[in-house]
Amino acid sequence: MLQIALWKRLSILLVCVIGLLLATPNLFYGPVERHNDAATALERGSVPTPEIEAALAEWPSFLPSGLVNLGLDLRGGAHLLAEVQLEDVYAGRIDGYWPEVRDTLRDLRGTIGTIRRQESPPDELRVRISQPEGMQAAVDAVRALASPIVSLTGVGQTDIDVSGAGDILTLTLSEAERAATDDRTLQQSLEIIRRRVDEAGTREPTIQRQGADRILIQVPGIGSAQELKELIGTTARLTFHPVIARGADSATTPDADQLLLPDMEDEGVFYLLERSPVVTGDDLVDSQPGFDQNGLPAVTFRFNPSGARAFGVYTSENIGAPFAIVLDEEVVTAPTIQSAITGGSGQITGNFGVDEANRLAILLRAGALPAELVFLEERTIGPELGQDSIDAGQIAALVAMAAVVVFMVLSYGLFGAFATLALGINVALIFGLLSLIGGTLTLPGIAGIVLTIGMAVDANVLVFERIREELKTAKGPARAIELGYEKALSAIVDANITTFIIAVILFTLGSGPVRGFAVTLGIGILTSVFTAIFVTRLLIVLWFERRRPRQIEV
Amino acid sequence: MRLRLVPQDTNWDFMRWRHYTFGASVVAMVASLAIWLLVGLNFGIDFLGGTTIRTESSQAVDVGAYRDALAPLDLGDVTITEVFDPTFAPDQNVAQIRIQAQAGAESVTPETIAAVEVALQTVDPSLTFPSVESVGPKVSGELITTALIALAAAIGAMLFYIWLRFEWQFAVGAVAALVHDVVLTIGIFALLQIRFDLATIAALLTVLGYSINDTVVIFDRLRENLIKFKKTPLIEVMNRSVNETLSRTLMTSGTTLLALVALIVLGGDVIRGFVFAILWGVIVGTYSSVYVAKNVVLMLGVERDPKKPSDAGTQFADIDA
Repeated sequence: MLQIALWKRLSILLVCVIGLLLATPNLFYGPVERHNDAATALERGSVPTPEIEAALAEWPSFLPSGLVNLGLDLRGGAHLLAEVQLEDVYAGRIDGYWPEVRDTLRDLRGTIGTIRRQESPPDELRVRISQPEGMQAAVDAVRALASPIVSLTGVGQTDIDVSGAGDILTLTLSEAERAATDDRTLQQSLEIIRRRVDEAGTREPTIQRQGADRILIQVPGIGSAQELKELIGTTARLTFHPVIARGADSATTPDADQLLLPDMEDEGVFYLLERSPVVTGDDLVDSQPGFDQNGLPAVTFRFNPSGARAFGVYTSENIGAPFAIVLDEEVVTAPTIQSAITGGSGQITGNFGVDEANRLAILLRAGALPAELVFLEERTIGPELGQDSIDAGQIAALVAMAAVVVFMVLSYGLFGAFATLALGINVALIFGLLSLIGGTLTLPGIAGIVLTIGMAVDANVLVFERIREELKTAKGPARAIELGYEKALSAIVDANITTFIIAVILFTLGSGPVRGFAVTLGIGILTSVFTAIFVTRLLIVLWFERRRPRQIEV
Repeated sequence: MRLRLVPQDTNWDFMRWRHYTFGASVVAMVASLAIWLLVGLNFGIDFLGGTTIRTESSQAVDVGAYRDALAPLDLGDVTITEVFDPTFAPDQNVAQIRIQAQAGAESVTPETIAAVEVALQTVDPSLTFPSVESVGPKVSGELITTALIALAAAIGAMLFYIWLRFEWQFAVGAVAALVHDVVLTIGIFALLQIRFDLATIAALLTVLGYSINDTVVIFDRLRENLIKFKKTPLIEVMNRSVNETLSRTLMTSGTTLLALVALIVLGGDVIRGFVFAILWGVIVGTYSSVYVAKNVVLMLGVERDPKKPSDAGTQFADIDA
C-alpha cells in the first residue's frame, strides 16, 4: 500500500540535506564573501597577512562556500553594452598590404608604368597605373600575393580579392578573410577588456560576447558606467611616426600615405606625419607610471626586442629629425631625436595628472583595442538602491511565506503543515541550486522566488484536493492518499512542464535581469515539483506509518 | 474546523454564464486593443531609447525647478516625475527624470549626463543619482523584436505542447485564453499608463506560464471526465470538471495572490510595475481558464467516438498517470 523503498527515502533525505548545506552560506553572506576573497587572494599568491587570516577564519573551510551572486540591480555597479567597430581593422590590414603591393608593382614598371596610391574607402586599396594595357599583368602579380585562409569555413579561399578596371587596380579583403578578421577582432577586444577590468581589480566582472559584434560588460561595485567607459572605452593605440611637418593647419590635405593629426595640448596645432608607423604599441612589453626629470607625471614604457631594434635603427638614422608619439589619433609629443635610442625603453610626458598617467600605463600594459567601441547601452545602479531592493524583497518574501503558511494550515490542517515544511525546504533548495551553479539573483529573480512560493503549494493543493475526493469513495485513508498522488500526477506534470517551457524561452531570448528571473523560475519549478511529489509524500508516509490512523481529515 | 473557500460539493452551473462572459471577454479584448492603439503604451527606455536618471534627496522634489534647470540644455523631450512609495524613509524624496534619445547618438553621451547632473545639483546640492540608465535607439529596436519573438515563441510552444498532450481543440482553447490574458494585460498597461519595459515582457511571459498552468489542470480533469462519462453532454462534463477543480483553483490563486500582494505592497517601487503585471495576469488568467479556454473548446466540440477513445492526447498521458 503506502510504501516508499528505503533507498528512495534515503535519497530524498540526502537531496534535502545537500540542498540545505549548499544554501547555508547565503545566510552568512558577509563573512563567507570575505572568506572567499581571502581564499582567492591566497591562491593568487598573496602573502598571508593577519587580515587575510582573520577573514579566512570567518567561515570554516570544510563547509560549502558557494554563494548566490547578486545581480547589478541588487549590488549596484555598471552595465555596458559595447559594439566593436569591426571595420576599423580593415583599414589597418589594407595599409599593411600597401608596401608589398608597391614593391611588386615596381618590379613590373616596364609593362605597367608608374604607380600611385589613390584615395579610397578605408577598406579598399586603389592603385592607379599609368599604362592601363598592363592591367592584367598587374592584377596577376598582386593576386599572387594572396595567401590561403586557414579557417573552418574559409577552406580553399584566399585572403584578398584583386580586380582591375581601366587604369585602377583595386584590392579588397575577401568575404572569408573579413569573417576571420571580425572574429579575431572580437576575441582580441574581449581579451583586452578583460585584462583592463582585471587590472582595475574589481570583483566578479561579467564580460561576454553577444552576437557577432557586441560585448556585454558588467562590473559590480564600480561607481558609475562613466568610470568603466573611461577604462575600457579608450582604444589606447600608441604609435611612433616620422614627422614631415609641424604647425600645419587643419585645411592641409594629406597625401594618401600621410596623416594629419592634431596636437593633444595645443589646440589648432597639427602635424603632418608619415602614415606607416615606425613602431606600435603592440611591441610594448611593459608600461609604468612615473615622473620625468622635472617631477611631472610621466609614463615609461619598454619595447620587446624587435620593437627595440626597429626603434634603434630608425633613431640612429634620423638624428636631428623630429618624430611623433601618437596616442589614439592625437600627437602626445613630438620630440627631436637627440641620439640613437637603442636601449628599448622610453618615456611619454604630456599634459596629464598622476591619475591619468596611472590609467594610461594600465591601458598600454593591457594592450590596445584593435577597434573602437561604441556604447549602445549603459546602466549605473547605486549600491544603496540595490540594498533597499534586497531589504524590500526579503520582507516581502517573509510576509508572503507567513501568509501562505497560515492559509495552508487553516485549509488542510496537518497536511498543510507538511506542505509548508516542504515549502521551506523548497526555498532552501532554490538557494542551494543557485549557489551550486553560480546563478545570479536579480530583483525580478526575488519576485520569481516569491511567485514560486505561491505556486509551489499548487502541486500540494492538487494532491490534497485529490485525496479529499478519493476519501469519499476509496477504501481507507492509505488507499486514498495513494490514489490522490497517482491521479494528481498528470495534472502536476503538464502544468509544470508548460511553465518550465516558458522559463526556457525567457532564458534563451532574455537578457540581464530577465534571464536572472528565468533561472530562478526554472529552478523553482524543478524544486517545487520535487518537494511536492517526494518530500511532502515522504512526510505524510512517515506520519502515517507511526500513527496508522483509521481515518484522516485533509 | 477547516477553512473552506467553497462548500464541499458544489454543483454550480458555470457554463450557464458562458455567453455573457465570452461576450464580456471579447468586449474587454476589443477595448484593450482600442486603448492600446489610441492611447498607446508608456514605453520605457528599453524600447524607445533614451536615458532615465533616478534622483534622491533629503529635500522635497521640485519638479518645476528641475525642469527650469534642464531647459537650457536643450535635450528635447524631458519627463520628470516624482516617485512615491510607502517603503521610502520620511526624508527620502525620489524623482525619475527621463530624457528622449538624442538625435544621431547611439547612446546618450556622457557629457549630456554629466551636464544634467550638474544642472540639477545647482537646484538641490544634496541630490544623489542612485541609478542612471541609458539605451541607444539601435539596441532598443532589437529589444522590441526579441520581446515579440519571445512572446510568439512561448505561445507557439504552448500550442504545440497542449496539442501533443490533449487534442487540437484544447490547444486552440488554451492559446485563445493566453492571447486573451496578454491582450488584457497590455490593455491595462495602456489604460493606466504604467511603464512598459523589458521586465513587463518577463511578467507577461510569467502570466502565460501561470495561465497555462491553470488551464491545463482544468483540461486534465476534463479529459479524465470525458472518458468516465462517455454519454453525458460535453457542457455538463465541463461544468462537473470546473466544480471539481474549483477548490484547488481558488486555493492556488489565493496563495499566489497573497504572495504577490505582499510583494506589491512591500517590494519597493522599482519592481511594482513588474509585480502588478503578474498580479493582474493571475486574476485574468484564472478567469480565462474557465471562461475562455473551455468556451472555445465547447464551440469547437470534442471528438468523442467511443471506438477510438480520445487517441492522440491520452496515449501520452497514460505514461505518467
